[in-house]
Amino acid sequence: MNIWLNFLIDSLAFGATFMYGSTGEILTEKAGHLNLGIPGIMCMGGAGGCLILNMIGKSGLPPFLIVILGILGSLILSMLCGLIYSFLTVTLRANQNVTGLALTTFGVGLMKVIMSKLDATVYLIGPKMMYRWPFAGRQDSLQCLGVLFFLAIIIVLLSSWVLFRTRVGLQLRAVGENPATADAVGINVTRYKYMATCIGSGIAGLGGFYYIIDYMVSQEAYLSLEAFGWLSIALVIFALWRPHLTIIGSFVFGFLFSCSSYITNISWIQVTMATKPLLKMLPYVVTIIVLVISSIRNKRENQPPASLGLSYFREER
Amino acid sequence: MEKQLALQMRGITKSFGPVVANNHVDLDVYRGEILAVLGENGCGKTTLMNMIAGIYFPDEGQILIDGKEVVIRSPKDAFEHKIGMIHQHFKLVDLFTAAENVVLGTESKEKYNLKAVNAQVAQIAERYGFRLDPAKKIYDMSVSEKQTVEIIKVLYRGADILILDEPTAVLTPQEITRLFDVLRRMKEDGKSIIIITHKLNEVMEVSDRVAILRRGEHVATVNTAETSEAELTEMMVGKKIDLNIHRSTPVNAIPRLVVEDLNLYNAEGIHVLKDISFTANGGEILGIAGIAGSGQKELLESISGLQPVESGKITFYNPKKDRPVSFFHKSMKQVRALAAKGAFHDRNLNDVTFHGMSNKAVRKWVQNGDVLFREDEVMNLRDKTPLEIRQLGVHLSFVPEDRLGMGLVGSMDITDNMMLRSYRKGKLGFLNRKKPKAQAEEIIRELEVSTPGVSTPVRRLSGGNVQKVLVGREIAYTPKVLMAAYPVRGLDINSSYTIYNLLNRQKENGVAVIYVGEDLDVLLELCDRIMVINGGAVTGIVDARTTTKEEIGLLMTKTDERKEEDA
Repeated sequence: MNIWLNFLIDSLAFGATFMYGSTGEILTEKAGHLNLGIPGIMCMGGAGGCLILNMIGKSGLPPFLIVILGILGSLILSMLCGLIYSFLTVTLRANQNVTGLALTTFGVGLMKVIMSKLDATVYLIGPKMMYRWPFAGRQDSLQCLGVLFFLAIIIVLLSSWVLFRTRVGLQLRAVGENPATADAVGINVTRYKYMATCIGSGIAGLGGFYYIIDYMVSQEAYLSLEAFGWLSIALVIFALWRPHLTIIGSFVFGFLFSCSSYITNISWIQVTMATKPLLKMLPYVVTIIVLVISSIRNKRENQPPASLGLSYFREER
Repeated sequence: MEKQLALQMRGITKSFGPVVANNHVDLDVYRGEILAVLGENGCGKTTLMNMIAGIYFPDEGQILIDGKEVVIRSPKDAFEHKIGMIHQHFKLVDLFTAAENVVLGTESKEKYNLKAVNAQVAQIAERYGFRLDPAKKIYDMSVSEKQTVEIIKVLYRGADILILDEPTAVLTPQEITRLFDVLRRMKEDGKSIIIITHKLNEVMEVSDRVAILRRGEHVATVNTAETSEAELTEMMVGKKIDLNIHRSTPVNAIPRLVVEDLNLYNAEGIHVLKDISFTANGGEILGIAGIAGSGQKELLESISGLQPVESGKITFYNPKKDRPVSFFHKSMKQVRALAAKGAFHDRNLNDVTFHGMSNKAVRKWVQNGDVLFREDEVMNLRDKTPLEIRQLGVHLSFVPEDRLGMGLVGSMDITDNMMLRSYRKGKLGFLNRKKPKAQAEEIIRELEVSTPGVSTPVRRLSGGNVQKVLVGREIAYTPKVLMAAYPVRGLDINSSYTIYNLLNRQKENGVAVIYVGEDLDVLLELCDRIMVINGGAVTGIVDARTTTKEEIGLLMTKTDERKEEDA
């Protein structure tokens, strides 16, 4: 039975990558900005964290300090990307799609340069010493959940709470729905857009960091990160722009991704080298199906923010 | 009682590029009064008010509140000075509830608690006599409810100066009365109210003083009690204008569009059109009266092919072939053979078979011109798309209610908008731009559209000018049926009469005009016949020359009474 428990934990752990990415994207979209730079930002977040860990990995600092500094590095670099995106799309009112795509291309490329210069044996040291749950002490086990996993859950729930239960959330949603209205009632639209985009980018960036350091713990992890960025954006639609629903969505996606490696354990299913790639297609097929299904729904509350993708300029008539 | 100055504007100037919207405007507002700001479309009323509300910033001039000069840079500043504006286009978030919209943007030390806000909103509503459910979503609301939310939103912030931009444009007469009662109550409460409008009767009814703007300049401010509608019009337009619609007697009115037993269900499955039957005659204006949302929009959209109907017939009689039968190129035998096939009809659309008639009688009847070809002239428009209708050669023009949503593309210029009608013309896939451009220039000249040029995006024109472009384009299509839904909504007097005259000219050219209107006085003056609908059913078709406002009003609410009796 242990193998199935591992399967479930693995699904959850893998899903946390999407939780970070989607929650970051939701915050940005709620401010009316479609940030297609999320894959790039996740990569930059991962690279930023690893860069710091590479510097302090062998310094002999306590493990938790190493992890916190890593998180900081990740946040700084990804929020910087968010700041570039905000400046271009909010202040200069550049096209959001083009800006986002450019940022992704840039982020992915720069990450590959940075990561190829780093020493995996150094930057992977810190997390290996980290306290893992629920099997504390068994640091060698991949199937244990690290601090960054729990941080993901906390961030997701906190985001939902802020968005739907606080004044700040109400105002942020108003900015995304109808910036002219928000402006007319005295909300600083520009500030909300900047804040949402930067904080969202920071959260997404942690996703990249989490994937490399906490989930995969491997040298090649960064190579597949971009694809998960795109899936995170797709997951936003699945989650109906509600952060807490990304937990379910992430679990489903994580489950499908882990499928291909666990399904070989079912004795009556024959998996050959030729059929294994088919299994790996599963998450992407399901993404398409989910997008089709979720596009059919027509409840007003489940629609994207009304002014998503549109620039706002007060004196335009 | 001594009047206290609440707000003063001194030498306010604002320009947008080369266009001067306001030129050294002075305006005073006292506490506890209702000031009407009157002016034609594009005269700068809204721009002026936007500067008080912090949407725009004046290029020159000062604003004084309670005698002290203030700088209003943003809506937030305006709220701090207790100024609140209710915009013509409501600034509400559709997805939020009334209370969420009210609390939006307010800063409070208190914890965000929607329940408390709901209670406060209900309290304000009660105090001024509004009816509102604070937990209702905006997208579920009627226009009047949305306006109520806007007003409460401003009151919640403790505004003392309220600006209402054309608050009555979209309300029914009963809702207007209710709104005016509320405004009077606020006035007694010591609030200053500025109401922008161009409906003279409302100005006379509700305001204490009237400020008149013309072409961005302040003409005069007069006490309402000491002026008259005629005097106000003259000041507003700058010259005496004729406020009469010249209605001619219909000549040779023959059926052009016949609708029989039309039934329509909307997307939610609600029965919106119930057994509607009527005939629109060429050379006649058929008015459609009814409370907003009684099915007017759906009726016009189903005729023009935008909504699939459930049952019923929509038949078009093509006037091009609606010509009398003659013996030219035909023998009596051929004529009789055609008649037997059902190719002819008389003026009342009955089949003509010449059965049992002598040759002489047939010849006499035909030579009188009372026998008409039926051949291809009767066309079924039901279940056809607008394109198919056009391909049939049916010139059906439609001026929709939603000008910039359905009528024109806001970000395209006038020429491009003309091409929405003619884009299928041109050779080898290339567009012909010369003709639409000439047409655009003609419309600008003939209808006096005030625009910097043909290449200005339509969105930048004022409401009246947008409407002129739309109506101009639809008329240039040389329609046989012209349907116009609220074509003068939000238009000033001068533009309104331009539109009425255009419709009348079309009628004289033999076009069947269908006019959906809300102002009963205009309907009575403009139309030949008026069809009244209520709740999607026709409650009566009356002769506009002999009927009265009361009769129409009664028909407009007929079904409602019956329902109440049932209940």
